[in-house]
Amino acid sequence: MSPSLITVSYLGAAALFILALGGLSTNDTARRGNLFGIIGMAIAVGVTIAAFVTRHYEILIAVMIAGGVIGFILARRVQMTQMPELVAILHSLVGLAAVLIGFANFLDPSIVFSGTEKTIHDIEVFVGIAIGALTFTGSVIAYGKLSGVIGGQPMLLPARHWLNLAMFIAVIVIAVKFVGATDLDQATMLLLVMTVIALLFGIHMVAAIGGADMPVVISMLNSYSGWAAAATGFMLSNDLLIVTGALVGSSGAILSYIMCRAMNRHFIGVIAGGFGTAGGSATAGTTYEGEVQTIDIPTMAQLLNSAKEVMVVPGYGMATAQAQHAIADIARTLIDKGVNVRFGIHPVAGRMPGHMNVLLAEARVPYDIVFEMDEINADFPNVDVSIVVGANDTVNPLAQEDAESPIAGMPVLEVWKGHTTVVLKRGMAAGYAGVDNPLFVRDNTRMLFGDARDSLEALAKAL
Amino acid sequence: MIIGIPAEIHPGEKRVAASPEVVKKLVDAGFDVVVEPGAGVAASFGDDVFLEAGATIAKDTARTWSADIVIKVRPPEHNSKLGRHEIELMSEGACLISFLWPAQNQDLLQKFAERKLTALAMDSIPRISRAQKLDALSSMANIGGYRAVIEASNLFGRFFAGQITAAGKVPPAKVLVIGAGVAGLAAIGTAKSLGAIVRAFDTRPEVKDQIQSMDAEFLELEFEEDGTGEGGYAKVMSKEFIEAEMALFARQAYEVDIIITTALIPGKPAPKLITNGMVKTMRRGSVIVDLAAEQGGNCEATEPGKVVESQGVYIVGYTDLPSRLAPQASQLYATNIYNLIMEMNQENDGNIVVDMEDDVIRGATVVNNGEVTWPPPTIAVGAERKPSFGGQEIKSRDGEKKASAAAKEASGIARFLKSAWFPVILAGLALFGLGQVAPPSFMGHFTVFVLSCFIGYMVIWNVSPSLHTPLMSVTNAISSIIVLGALTQISSTSTLIYILAAIAVFITCINIVGGFSVTQRMLQMFRG
Repeated sequence: MSPSLITVSYLGAAALFILALGGLSTNDTARRGNLFGIIGMAIAVGVTIAAFVTRHYEILIAVMIAGGVIGFILARRVQMTQMPELVAILHSLVGLAAVLIGFANFLDPSIVFSGTEKTIHDIEVFVGIAIGALTFTGSVIAYGKLSGVIGGQPMLLPARHWLNLAMFIAVIVIAVKFVGATDLDQATMLLLVMTVIALLFGIHMVAAIGGADMPVVISMLNSYSGWAAAATGFMLSNDLLIVTGALVGSSGAILSYIMCRAMNRHFIGVIAGGFGTAGGSATAGTTYEGEVQTIDIPTMAQLLNSAKEVMVVPGYGMATAQAQHAIADIARTLIDKGVNVRFGIHPVAGRMPGHMNVLLAEARVPYDIVFEMDEINADFPNVDVSIVVGANDTVNPLAQEDAESPIAGMPVLEVWKGHTTVVLKRGMAAGYAGVDNPLFVRDNTRMLFGDARDSLEALAKAL
Repeated sequence: MIIGIPAEIHPGEKRVAASPEVVKKLVDAGFDVVVEPGAGVAASFGDDVFLEAGATIAKDTARTWSADIVIKVRPPEHNSKLGRHEIELMSEGACLISFLWPAQNQDLLQKFAERKLTALAMDSIPRISRAQKLDALSSMANIGGYRAVIEASNLFGRFFAGQITAAGKVPPAKVLVIGAGVAGLAAIGTAKSLGAIVRAFDTRPEVKDQIQSMDAEFLELEFEEDGTGEGGYAKVMSKEFIEAEMALFARQAYEVDIIITTALIPGKPAPKLITNGMVKTMRRGSVIVDLAAEQGGNCEATEPGKVVESQGVYIVGYTDLPSRLAPQASQLYATNIYNLIMEMNQENDGNIVVDMEDDVIRGATVVNNGEVTWPPPTIAVGAERKPSFGGQEIKSRDGEKKASAAAKEASGIARFLKSAWFPVILAGLALFGLGQVAPPSFMGHFTVFVLSCFIGYMVIWNVSPSLHTPLMSVTNAISSIIVLGALTQISSTSTLIYILAAIAVFITCINIVGGFSVTQRMLQMFRG
């Protein structure tokens, strides 16, 4: 195959990838976009196999089929509530692949550079492996936290910032030595040591981040997997990898930015880890005086039957209780009765960007009644009943009222401005931020304790 | 313990301190309830419904007064029928709960003390959030505000709502509410629901949001002064402010049909806001309802307890507005009292304990076992409640000022570091440095990289937030394009490279197929 033909194919694939992402701007074009992505990938892989693979066909086909089948089964079997875990583990695979390809490229005796080109290539290899390694372990830890294998609490080692700094400096020192190394064995050794440090760095970075910051972490790892691909592209002088990596990298970076903004946190602050550790700990333990008023299911059914405007505010608790179908049933019943039911979604509700939207779509909630926070926050004074399902920090009035609070300044859904708010909650535990929520003791708040799914199913019957 | 519910003997008082629902709840909580015959009749609760709720009907007045706890609406007074003061009817060590107005009724406190009684004043409950459900003043103010509008509509000879009828066009009534406390907000809500155009004024700027949230117009003065006093009440304003305020009222009096005044300052006579001159300028048939009549009135022409007519304008000075809605007022008041009793009945055994360590109980208790405990020490509670309908409270201004002062102190360098120019200059220098050393082949790739970042930036901001999860899974799938690297290596003669490449192909294929198919699955659901 001629080099120009390869370039043209890669160009086509890159354009298709851009169209794939562009398609996601509306629900109607999204599926076509995904199809473009698949076609682009098929062209890129097909052309590469045709142009570069000369032997080991059997093994290639075997691993491709095996990997494809595993991926397909994973995608079929995964619960929508477990999407964050799946995405995290898939990120780790990209990271691992970047490490493997980097090493293979480095060890390949057929690639010979000299002078500045060698230096640049060495740096590319080095950076590609470093980003890949930290993406790999970081994603594995994120997966562990999301699936509950590892506790959600931030792991706070003493002097952890110094530890990070020390590792960073060590990596730079190794990089300088690596570029200057003349002996292949010595260079390999240095590369291995750096890989180990990067792996540890990935573990430490994500372990220090608390559960509530997971949406940022997932987006950030998404971004890293892109940069890893881009770095590999530089290493292989492959523009398609560079373009794709840059697209994915900037996508993840923008998502991280959106998530940080939605929590009023600085990106650096999130990465440094440990929510509420910087001065906020003094107020984190404050409880708010007032009495919790509970409500039972028949009363709540009555309340909903007499309401005209109902707002549902879902949070991560809805995902853990698998309550999306029950709430969708209730919404349908109420809509049939002429009630205006809407869903208000906070950008960081759940454990990854857009998590709640996916769950509601799964439960067949029509997306024209699902709104972003900014679209509906001003409407709360007209809402008769707000139903908060497993959300906590995203509806905490402290964010606006207490400048000392760790979540101060975070944009929140102002449910307390509505006439009545019913909060479904398992118990009186604090949210992930460790902040007590004075919403629960407000005059116009009623609590419905118990498993959200059981409560909602009982409520659906009562309606 | 026995709870006695005597009839109110104050002339014109129709309320009663208990409702059948509350009696039932008290009986369930282990109390014995004794009701004076006919105590609830004026509030439309007959003796039979109290009996049904589990109370016993006392033989006479004295029996209800000899209970362990007596609950009442008005402060005790001389009972001319029995020829004795009501306090003298109580047994030693007993407890009375009612409105007491201790500041005005010092002699009553002495009487309680002499008889070794305990007295809790419903009007002295501290205004903190925990005590909101005990707050009888708010309950009564809410009713007063509602009733004020009803009284006004009764005297006002026209519709509140504008109408266009076959017989001509009717303009809507214009209502001005002065003072947006609980009563004022209730009046705004009621007038609004009758269809009037409602304007409201308050010296406390933070109630602006609440007024606007009820769809009323907030009248503003071109004047900077915050009238928020202690406990969420208003305070006395400066002379200049009052002049500006009076000018505003004079203009409004000329325009509006109905004025409802609710302006009160704790411990002071009510401010005179509507002068006789203003009344003169009002249209004939207009109505002023003065909710501050008992404290002297906000209007100069007000006569407490009466409706007077001055130049064709009615001025309502009723002081018994809650009593005019006796069943509703009794029900809310009884619930407030019930909540107070349950605060003291912590063991849930039908006994009450006056816990002087509890801020709420401490505030309400004006005489404890013969010892006058009024006034209570001021309590330092951070979460002081503003009388509100669940409106948003505004952030402290001090904090903002401090923050801006700190920002000004920041040095010039720090400002430069924060400015938008800093990253641009830094990026420029970095590119220059790169251009100095990098070979041309690298720069080609670098150009592609930077432009792709910009394309990514443009494209991703267009992605609908509801599709962020599919975005992540699809970017995940396409980032597996890294498989190309492995594919170029898999035919290597070196076994090690070949194995590494095969593993890389394997895991990226999981990712490609998994990523695309899970995205497809999610997007199917979004078909809606």
